[in-house]
Amino acid sequence: MEIAQSTLNLIFIGATFAVYIVIAARSRAASTKEYYVAGGGVSPLANGMATAADWMSAATFISMAGAVAISGYDASRFLMGWTGGFVLLTMLMVPFLRKFNKATVPDFIGDRYYSRTARAVAVICAIFICMTYIMGQMRGVGVVFSQLFGISISSGVVSGAVIVFIYAGLGGMKGITYTQVAQYSVMAFSYTIPAVFIAMALTGNVVPQLGLISNYTADGTAVPFLAKLNAINTELGFAEYTSGKLSTINMFCITAALMCGTAGLPHVIVRFFTVKDVKAVRKSACWTLGFIAVIYLTAPTIGAFSRVNLIEKLHQTTYTEAPYWFKEFEQTGQMAWVDKNNDGRIQYFGPGVSEAGTFSVFQGKAPEYPLYDAPQEQRIGVHGQRLLANKADLSNPNELYFGNDIMVMANPYMAGLPPWVIALLMAGCIAAALSTAAGLLLVLSTSISHDLMKKIIKPDLTDREEVNFARLASFAALVVAAYFGVNPPSAFIAKTVAFAFGLAASSFFPTLLMGIFSSRVNRAGGIAGMICGIVFTSSYIVYFQFLGGTKEQLFFGITPEGIGFVGMLINFIVAFAVSNMTKPPPGYITEMVANIRTPSGVRKTPPTDFEI
Amino acid sequence: MNDQNSKSHWRASLRLTGLLLVCWFILGYVAPILFREWLDANFPAVGTAPFGFWVAQQGSIIGFVVILVIYAICMNRTDKKHGYSEED
Repeated sequence: MEIAQSTLNLIFIGATFAVYIVIAARSRAASTKEYYVAGGGVSPLANGMATAADWMSAATFISMAGAVAISGYDASRFLMGWTGGFVLLTMLMVPFLRKFNKATVPDFIGDRYYSRTARAVAVICAIFICMTYIMGQMRGVGVVFSQLFGISISSGVVSGAVIVFIYAGLGGMKGITYTQVAQYSVMAFSYTIPAVFIAMALTGNVVPQLGLISNYTADGTAVPFLAKLNAINTELGFAEYTSGKLSTINMFCITAALMCGTAGLPHVIVRFFTVKDVKAVRKSACWTLGFIAVIYLTAPTIGAFSRVNLIEKLHQTTYTEAPYWFKEFEQTGQMAWVDKNNDGRIQYFGPGVSEAGTFSVFQGKAPEYPLYDAPQEQRIGVHGQRLLANKADLSNPNELYFGNDIMVMANPYMAGLPPWVIALLMAGCIAAALSTAAGLLLVLSTSISHDLMKKIIKPDLTDREEVNFARLASFAALVVAAYFGVNPPSAFIAKTVAFAFGLAASSFFPTLLMGIFSSRVNRAGGIAGMICGIVFTSSYIVYFQFLGGTKEQLFFGITPEGIGFVGMLINFIVAFAVSNMTKPPPGYITEMVANIRTPSGVRKTPPTDFEI
Repeated sequence: MNDQNSKSHWRASLRLTGLLLVCWFILGYVAPILFREWLDANFPAVGTAPFGFWVAQQGSIIGFVVILVIYAICMNRTDKKHGYSEED
């Protein structure tokens, strides 16, 4: 019996949702400890899965393979940056912060630097970083919902927000941890299954990672797969797939900023506060990176395979003979064809994104379409294709436009996979967006209720009042996030991602690191370093992203994406210089530092408060 | 626990961390970024993929996981030696 794709999608998503809600309802948080850190007794394996789901956002899930497909070697900065950061996180941060035994990251900064100012700076950074991220997630949920159910994006965003609030706002950390475990499983299956099929089709290998390093066999010949891809690229006018366009210093700085930023992201750090002791933290970090690696090792294979597949299926094909899925994605606006030379064939040529920042197929950043009531000849072309309202960019011969997300979304169609795989993929996308949104929402709400209300504004809050404040705060944060999801400052979101990582790399990472590994850095040094790092990084980013700084003015050719690395070095230098000029921190701080370096005793000691 | 013991524990863990960070730097920066072109040209290919490119897209990630596993095993052993380990 043939079931329609839309029905299958509904069944898969409905089933996964039912699972999430049941899990969340069974593990509702009752105390602040359960709300913030799930009671501190989650198993390392479960926490590893949950952290992996938390870490991989909808953007990573949908767009990363596309980024690799489009820029080849250059995209390695994301692959290495977002995994290598976990090495820093595990060896330099989380075991010590877990031993410290507090609920949030600003807690540590406030206590270690014995200062309310330091805590306030940390809270503001945490809120900014999470807010930036969550806006993109809400938008992602909205887009997927609107495609699935045929509702407007705004109603998609609102329904996504309601679901997230139900289990994150009410369930707290305990609720989201166990739903994230389920969400990771959905994500991993839906990501790897299409990759296996496409690897078999192109290289005859069942394991995609082996397919990437073996021969291309689909046309009966056997040439090295990457050599085949390089040949296709150079023939069409692109740079070689395996060599990069970015300068070495820029590539180095961006990778370093992403790694250090990852190690300083508050929503990742707090995940490790949920396991029972330092030993469990280390074990859990291994699981986390292992689970993340499953997806990150598959992304470059999907990118490479689907690039070959896409070009072979579409390049020089007449529109009337183009595969059916091309027309479907044309309708949703994810792909577009502009017949510049009027030959009725689709042509795809390099060198990719033009200097003007357009996609070089048409003028402007995104495809725009004539209104529905426009005359038919403005909407539909002579070959039946969907026409764009944008003017064609006639400076180059490229006629095919597609977004980054197409390499994952169209992959099962291109490989001719059964409809249930596509339904699973849809469920995976939603799982990726929901799990990240829930994790971020939790950090946002604890930052507001615990660090801002309890520690700075109103210290006499009771436990129960604090949890209620956290729920209220998560509701408020969600309303703001949903507002920006409905009215996205779209150019702004893409640009602020660099901001979030830059800020984490130049503020949290160095400040936490010095707090743990040096007992000499004091209040004045810590605050001065943090402020110099943040001010330098944010003014550089604002200048080049928003105030029209030119390429020639870049510091050693480092783009805003990578400047957080320089900001981090500035933070270190300033903090050490100022600390050495002022008097050392008081004795109880030195004791505290010695104490967090000793791994035992987390379970026995009740949380101690170094109140200021 | 006495002071001497905690100092030697801290030194041992710094030594391990430093050593693994050197491996991390080689895997994440030296091989895939700084010397990639030289490695692509002069090192044997991994399967059919150029060496430096393979490290950048696959090898480094596998290596990072291995580093964390080594860290967890060695640190737990160091803890035990210094009497800091807790039985489950």
